[in-house]
Amino acid sequence: MRFFITLRMALRALSRNTMRSILTALGIIIGVAAVIVMVSLGNGTKTQVQAAIASLGDNLVLVYPGNQGQGGGVRSGFGGATTLTVADADAIVSSFQHGESDAENTVSAISPYVTGRGQILANGLNWGTQIYGVSPDFPVIRSWRVVEGVFFDDAEVVSTAKVAVVGKTIVDNLFPDSDTASVIGQSIRIFGQGGGGGTPFRIIGVMASKGFSGNQDQDDVIFIPYTSHMKRISRRINLSQIYVQARDETSVVKAKTDISDLLTQRHNGTIDFTVQDQADITAARTASTDAMIYLLGAIAGVSLLVGGIGIMNIMLVSVTERTREIGIRLAVGAHGSDVLMQFLIEAIVLSFLGGLIGVTLGIGGSILLGNYKGWPVEPSTTAMVVAVAFSAAVGVFFGIYPARKAAQLDPIEALRYE
Amino acid sequence: MPSVVKIEDIHKIYDSGEVPVHAVRGVSLDIQQNEFVALMGASGSGKSTLMNVLGCLDRATRGRYLLDGVDVSGLDKNELADIRNQKLGFVFQGFNLLARTTALENVELPCLYGKKHLSSRKMRERAMHCLEIVGLSNRADHMPNQLSGGQQQRVAIARALVNEPQLLLADEPTGNLDSRTSIEVMGVFQKLNDQGITIVMVTHELDVARYCKRYLILRDGVVVRDEPTQDRSLAEAELAKLREAEAAAKLTAHPSA
Repeated sequence: MRFFITLRMALRALSRNTMRSILTALGIIIGVAAVIVMVSLGNGTKTQVQAAIASLGDNLVLVYPGNQGQGGGVRSGFGGATTLTVADADAIVSSFQHGESDAENTVSAISPYVTGRGQILANGLNWGTQIYGVSPDFPVIRSWRVVEGVFFDDAEVVSTAKVAVVGKTIVDNLFPDSDTASVIGQSIRIFGQGGGGGTPFRIIGVMASKGFSGNQDQDDVIFIPYTSHMKRISRRINLSQIYVQARDETSVVKAKTDISDLLTQRHNGTIDFTVQDQADITAARTASTDAMIYLLGAIAGVSLLVGGIGIMNIMLVSVTERTREIGIRLAVGAHGSDVLMQFLIEAIVLSFLGGLIGVTLGIGGSILLGNYKGWPVEPSTTAMVVAVAFSAAVGVFFGIYPARKAAQLDPIEALRYE
Repeated sequence: MPSVVKIEDIHKIYDSGEVPVHAVRGVSLDIQQNEFVALMGASGSGKSTLMNVLGCLDRATRGRYLLDGVDVSGLDKNELADIRNQKLGFVFQGFNLLARTTALENVELPCLYGKKHLSSRKMRERAMHCLEIVGLSNRADHMPNQLSGGQQQRVAIARALVNEPQLLLADEPTGNLDSRTSIEVMGVFQKLNDQGITIVMVTHELDVARYCKRYLILRDGVVVRDEPTQDRSLAEAELAKLREAEAAAKLTAHPSA
């Protein structure tokens, strides 16, 4: 019961000096608000990355040249190491897609993948873009079909046919006056970085529109058979990647292991490649975001510490200022513990309310950033609860010293204080 | 009928500095119900120290103190605090009200620290009752800075009464007041005493001591005189005299128009 009376007294004392109370809590408010905004941004970014990777397709296993270790690390980029061959891809097909034992066939689709920067000329216009060389399995793996015309088939891969399937952005930029359907059959020239004059290709299909992902235009694409790419455009013998689709969700892990083992064997024990599923890729991409969030947590801890010191400072001043008042309370019968409770509660109220206000401002700020600047935000309930709990703890920790000083005053001395 | 205050051979020695200060050197005192005692002496006489011991704000180094029959000499800090809350009321020279707090809330303060839990309504009733006794019920919601010195002291007196104490202790209560207000405040004390409250007052002014019924003089830590007051001043009479004097002064200062 005495507790509620003391709580009321503490709130009264704080409200007698509202401006000072707000300024004291400001350190905590700003610290907590900043942390909430940062964590929301971090979470939002992670979610966005996760979604982007998930949209690549289902049950994917990607093989890259170059060894990046498990998870983490920055990719060395295409052309970093040139160790994946078409033969590797064929080996995967024969072992795990069309292998003898049905149980062993963990792979349902596979596409060798080459990419390189190039220029497309058509209609007197030109357009610089990334030229992709893939197999007919690619649209299956990516769940991305043509909306007009057809994708190329195995025969055209074998014959290194000069056929191309383009995305909507290519159509819009090279054939601005035509509609999608009339682009089929048109001729374009593709200039790769492999040197030489441009090669004429014929458009046989247009991909369905996918729009933007983040700030990447997913319709700015042109697909040609990988064989044609390697022979005519990029003049290379190694693959940039191999796209593999596992048969189902449960086969993904086994497919990864199978492919790793096969390639290790084929490369004479050298692990000069990386095999990742979507979870691995997500983890790698979000590793830096995670590191950032932990760093911010540390900074937030420091800022809460500083805020707590501020509270302790003001409480000490407050105790000194109110020495007479404490003397009066003791004289009329307050126990030392009553005085300690009152000042401790004042400190905790300051820090706790500071935490609540900080969380509110942080959520508000996150929402504003999301709506007006379009940044990905996702407020985290855990962060909110931890922030408020931590703020209260700061109040207890930094309030106890001034509260004890107040409680230990001698009433006679305190009453004499000027 | 037990004495309200019975102290036996009280000594207080301060030992903090290089030389121990023997402030009170063997004082024995007996104060009955309804007495009105003035404690006088020069500074350094030990009167403030004795007052602190009587008020249970400090503990005697030697000797026994029976307050209302209870030996308080050996009590700890918290027990003394409870005694102060239940049995004593304090009035200080500097009023010592809480700033930015209404008169009513100031008077309620001792109730908040009481051992028994009272409802807010009961506390408010008690506080209002005490304000009525001192004649300030119409200023219950005023802050101290909206009250005159005399009014503030009367609020302090009401606060001292709120828990119905055995003993009222006043330390130079008129020290910060002008002569007229001093008489008014002494009038309040006399009225309370007439209604049965026991009062011990520290003062160094003979005029103020004349309002009490008994006076003690301390010198160098011992009681050197302890006598009933002769020709006791009564507040109402004194106020009347003051009014006549003021009226007379006006007649001579301003030629009649």
